[in-house]
Amino acid sequence: MIKGAITGLGKMGLSHAAIVGGHQKVDMVAVCDTSSLVLNAFNKFSKVKTYTDHQKMIDVEKPDFVIIATPTKFHYPMVKYALENGVHVFCEKPFTLTAVQGQELTELAVRNGLVNQVGFHNHFIGTFRELKRLLRQNVLGDLVHFSGEAYGPVVTKEKVSTWRSSSAEGGGCLYDYASHVINLIQEIIGRPEKIQGTLLKSIYSKGVEDAVFSFLKLKSGLTGILLVNWSDETYRKMSTSLTVQGKNGKIVCDATEVKIYLKKAVPPENLEKGWTIKYITDLAVPVDFYLRGEEYSAQIDHFVACVEKNLQSPYNSFEQAMYTDSVIEMILGDAKKY
Amino acid sequence: MEKVLFGDNQFFAVNHLSDEKSRAQSIRFNDDSAIIRMLDQSISLGINTFMCTTHDRIANICDHIRKNPEGYKNYKIYPCMPYAHKYANAVTELGIVGTIKQYVPGNIFGTFAKGGLAYLNKDFIKLMELLIDAEMKMFAGISTPVIFIQNVLVDLILGLKMYDVFAAYDSYIRKKYNSEPGYITMNMPALLDALNSVGIENPIICSSINKIGFRMSGGKKLYEKYLYEKQFRPIAMQVLAAGALHPEEAVGYLGQFPKIESVLFGASTKAHIEETRNLIEINLGKKVFNS
Repeated sequence: MIKGAITGLGKMGLSHAAIVGGHQKVDMVAVCDTSSLVLNAFNKFSKVKTYTDHQKMIDVEKPDFVIIATPTKFHYPMVKYALENGVHVFCEKPFTLTAVQGQELTELAVRNGLVNQVGFHNHFIGTFRELKRLLRQNVLGDLVHFSGEAYGPVVTKEKVSTWRSSSAEGGGCLYDYASHVINLIQEIIGRPEKIQGTLLKSIYSKGVEDAVFSFLKLKSGLTGILLVNWSDETYRKMSTSLTVQGKNGKIVCDATEVKIYLKKAVPPENLEKGWTIKYITDLAVPVDFYLRGEEYSAQIDHFVACVEKNLQSPYNSFEQAMYTDSVIEMILGDAKKY
Repeated sequence: MEKVLFGDNQFFAVNHLSDEKSRAQSIRFNDDSAIIRMLDQSISLGINTFMCTTHDRIANICDHIRKNPEGYKNYKIYPCMPYAHKYANAVTELGIVGTIKQYVPGNIFGTFAKGGLAYLNKDFIKLMELLIDAEMKMFAGISTPVIFIQNVLVDLILGLKMYDVFAAYDSYIRKKYNSEPGYITMNMPALLDALNSVGIENPIICSSINKIGFRMSGGKKLYEKYLYEKQFRPIAMQVLAAGALHPEEAVGYLGQFPKIESVLFGASTKAHIEETRNLIEINLGKKVFNS
């Protein structure tokens, strides 16, 4: 059995704990958090050991891997300690508060030969994978434009503040919501290298933005837009989509469907002229234990498989997450101009 | 339980196949009267059980049912709690303690007389009971013979291996509401084993059961084995695999499992309800002779 541990038992940490707990190849040996409420629940109802100190947990339990799902500002020191002690790391997104910290952790993980992954779970949704594959097959011809969007009902009225209402601590719509979209754009369409016309808008929050709008220019020269708003209650839950336009048509992709419109058929892909819709029921990645969506289990399954083989994943490496953080820095820098 | 249970996903913009369709549904059922009209049509087709989440808008539907008792004489609701997105969004914004403060009725310090959160720290079961009571308030005066926990919570407890929580839920629902506890899950075989391990026998379990194995974690083969061999009261949901299967083929698949007591489905037109109901009536509970 592989020994796993988790630090940070908020929404994501608890979800990871359940998925790891349900994983047949993993023995979840310990959890760590500062909330006595949550730790007492573990002490009372489960056999997992509880800690309030991440370093002590690593020292005593010597896990094979640790999942870090604490507020963003703690990621850097906690990931660093784990890597220095030879522990494989799965870290929640966003990765670190500065790209410089991310760079250091990326180099450390590579130097120590440790598996590293960040929780950009959309890459484990079959529809987004299919979009990436179709773009690699060049079904759209020369690309013309793209848009990356995400909407949801996180902050829909004025409220008290938590760490999420502090930009310096990695709160706000840019770090929390937009990071997912930036990461999708970067890995599926191409890496942004120039940002223009950024608008960061506070709608209900004080101190952080609730919406992010930017123009992105990719390394390939392709341009597109980023439209993200977490104060939109017309959405029941977070809804993320990418639209890519090319000379031969358009693809609109979200977590449930890939809608393809082609001017000319692409026979090797069995794609006719006009509309073709592909559904998640055909594209979903099957999992052994399901909690909130296949992608949450699939990303942990994948990480565990990588740990087992001691192989670095092509999906969601620290380096990729670090690049997303650097795009976030570019967006913040650009926003100051306006 | 009746063979046909009418679900509520279509009313609250839940569509597992299309985000776009789900938004269209949300516009269509914007008004409570549109929901009530669909329920009345389902009743006219002989469907007398509505299985629904504890979404805020269900409270309005319950008000309507209470005000018009003659139209809903034998009507039953199977509540499914909690409406998870309400809590999930709150946890993202307020944290776990903040969410508890927001949703436990009254002042939490008042609720636990002395000690407030410190007391709460030791009595999770009491906290769970308070949250159940808060969710059940909207159903006062309405028959709720089965009360479900939603799959997100069931599967979270299952994964964390905190099985005693199931036992506490089970006994509270029986004692306080004189109802049968039910469990919705995406991991039916693992859940049944877990429930049995804490002495819960022959439980009502609602899970995806469909021909293509969609959302049947652990695999279709294992599900089929449990449906043939184990002792429990299965309800099939996601029978159409979010629309990927033709209704006739989809419901026909269920016919081979005599144990399945009910099918949960939602639809947005009377014709669809009627078609699916007829298929369920024909296929469910028919005698199967294994060669």
